[in-house]
Amino acid sequence: MTPVGLGHYLALAALLFGIGVFGLIANRRNLIVVLISIELMLLAVNTNFVAFARFLDDPGGAVFVFFNLTVAAAESAVGLAILVVVFRRRGAIDAERLDRLEG
Amino acid sequence: MHIPAVLFYALAALALVTALGAVGTRHPVHAVLYLAACLVASAGLWLLLEAEFLALVLVLVYVGAVVVLFLFVVMMLDVDAAALRRGFVRHLPLAVLGAALVAWPLLRGVGPWRLDAALWPAPPARGDAYSDTLALAQALFGEHLLAFELAGVLLLVAIVAAIALARHRRRDVKRQDPAAQAAVRPAERLRLLRDLGGERRR
Repeated sequence: MTPVGLGHYLALAALLFGIGVFGLIANRRNLIVVLISIELMLLAVNTNFVAFARFLDDPGGAVFVFFNLTVAAAESAVGLAILVVVFRRRGAIDAERLDRLEG
Repeated sequence: MHIPAVLFYALAALALVTALGAVGTRHPVHAVLYLAACLVASAGLWLLLEAEFLALVLVLVYVGAVVVLFLFVVMMLDVDAAALRRGFVRHLPLAVLGAALVAWPLLRGVGPWRLDAALWPAPPARGDAYSDTLALAQALFGEHLLAFELAGVLLLVAIVAAIALARHRRRDVKRQDPAAQAAVRPAERLRLLRDLGGERRR
């Protein structure tokens, strides 16, 4: 078994990101799975950052991941709050029916 | 047998399988639990990359807070899972195409056949004296202090926004309004219907 290099981690992150894109397109109607797919894509990006921080021996990548986690947590909190409001007003979380700006 | 390599392949396989489960499963609760498993596997990978603090933060903040928040919302809302799945098969070819268009060039460009361990060797493992948390803290509270403070402000804004959005004002339930209670004055409450003569108490 060959030792694991930077390319292995980048390939894994690319696959995770691809799965996130797949979920985003395939589950367009379900807002919960859309949010989960976005979390997966962010996770792939963060894995890239951590891998580069290790292989370039630079803590800047780790700092970037720290801020990414902060922003992602804020994003999911506000996203889920919006989802709750949408469900309360519409009785469903079908994104394809959210095609008008007026409530 | 190289132990980190075995661990890497096991955790990577677990992360990919659970990620596929998260986007492909029928039930939203299962999707959230698959996401939690994927995050734990990724935290293991980050441990292999010697990012111990971030791996623990990922487990504590993500699995402990964000995924639980997802679970709360999924269980609070009575969603019709079958109705939400209706477009899945119709969107499947487009989704596979989109994922392939994103992932394939990335894999070709930076996959292990391009950047293998011989071409880009890992720096030597840091000894026991090295503290990942200390290095991160020094970078965070030194060079990036302003960004750190801004992140705190961002979290505050997100909390206020989330509470303001999700607060439920029901009109069919009677409830106290403390502001109105505190602002009331005696003159508005007490009304004398008949003058009782000069002995009015003050």
